[in-house]
Amino acid sequence: MAESAVQIDDKLQLAKSLVSHLESGDDDGAVSVIAELAGFRDSLLFQEVGRLTRELHDAINGFVTDARIADIAQNEMPNAAERLRYVIATTEQAANTTLGAVEDSLPLADSLRSDARHLGDQWARFKSRQLNVEDFRELSNELSHFLDTTQATTEELHNKLSEVLLAQGYQDITGQIIRKVIDLVNDVESKLVELIRLSGHRAKPAEGTESVSAKDIAAHGPAVPGVDTGDIVNGQDDVDDLLSSLGF
Amino acid sequence: MNKNMKILIVDDFSTMRRIIKNLLRDLGFTNTQEADDGLTALPMLQSGSFEFLITDWNMPGMQGIDLLKAVRADDKLKGLPVLMVTAESKRDQIVEAAQAGVNGYVVKPFTAGTLEEKINKIFERVAA
Repeated sequence: MAESAVQIDDKLQLAKSLVSHLESGDDDGAVSVIAELAGFRDSLLFQEVGRLTRELHDAINGFVTDARIADIAQNEMPNAAERLRYVIATTEQAANTTLGAVEDSLPLADSLRSDARHLGDQWARFKSRQLNVEDFRELSNELSHFLDTTQATTEELHNKLSEVLLAQGYQDITGQIIRKVIDLVNDVESKLVELIRLSGHRAKPAEGTESVSAKDIAAHGPAVPGVDTGDIVNGQDDVDDLLSSLGF
Repeated sequence: MNKNMKILIVDDFSTMRRIIKNLLRDLGFTNTQEADDGLTALPMLQSGSFEFLITDWNMPGMQGIDLLKAVRADDKLKGLPVLMVTAESKRDQIVEAAQAGVNGYVVKPFTAGTLEEKINKIFERVAA
C-alpha cells in the first residue's frame, strides 16, 4: 500500500498549513487540518479492511461450495452414525451368540464330568472286587449309556464351539466398517484444519486437497442396512441365484 | 477330493483367516497356509504347489479381484480353483468376479454349511 507522490504532496501541504495555522493562533483552522490528515489514515484502513473482508468472503464461499464438504455433511456423517450403530448391533449379536453357545456348553461339560466321576468310582469298586453280579450288571448298563451319550454330547459341544468360531467373523465385518468411518473422520479433520487456516489472515484454500472418494475404490466393504442401498444381494441365496443365472 | 491338498487362505483380517482355517480343518482339510493380501499371496502361489485358493476381496495392497485376475493370467496358475469369501455384496461385483473366472462366491457372514457346500461343488466340477 505504497502512497502515491500526490498523496505525499497533499500531506506535506496540509502539514505546512497546520504549522501556519498554529503559528497564527488559528485553532479552528488547525483542528480542521488535523481532521483532514486523519481522514487519509482512515480511508487507507477502510480500504485494507475491505480487501481482507472480500478475501475472507471469497475463501469461505469457496470452502462452502466445496462439494466434498456438502457430501460429508449431508450424506457421510449420517451414514457414519448408521454404520457405527450397525457395528454395535453386529458386535452385540456376536457376543450374544457366543454367550449363548457357552451357556449351552457348560452344563454339557458338567454332566460329562459328573457321569465320568460316578462311573470312575464304580469302576474302582469293581477293580477292588467290591461289586456283586447285580452291581456289575448295573455298571455295565451305565457304561453303555455313558458311551452313547458321550458321543451325542461331544458332538453337541463341537457344534457349539463351531458357533463360537463363526461368530468371531464380526471382527472382520466391523473392522472394515470402522476403517471407513476412520477415513471419514480423517477427511473431516483435514477440512476443519483448512477452515481454521481460512479464518486466519492470508489463508488461501489449498489446491488439490480433494480426498479420494470411496466410489473410486473397487471394494465397497460390507453392506450396512439402511446405508448401502441399491444393487446389493440379500444373502448367499441371492448370490447363488445370480451366479446360476450367469451359468454357474 | 484330496483332503490333503494344499490350500491358501487370503484375508487381511487374521481373525477371518483363523475362522476359515478352523472350518477347513473341521471339514478334513489340514494342509493350509495364509497370506494377508494379494501381493503376499501371488508369489506364494507361483512358488508353491497350491491346489485351491480361498480369498477375500477388500484388502490393502492387492485386492482379491486383482489376485483372481493375476491367477487367471498366469499360465501355471490359470486352472487353480478360486473361492471368494467376502463381504462385497454388490451385484456388479459378483458379476465381475464371475467374468474374471471365480469358481465360487460366498458372502460374509457365512455358515460352515455354506463353505462346505461351495467347496464340494467346486471340486465336483473340477473332477467332472
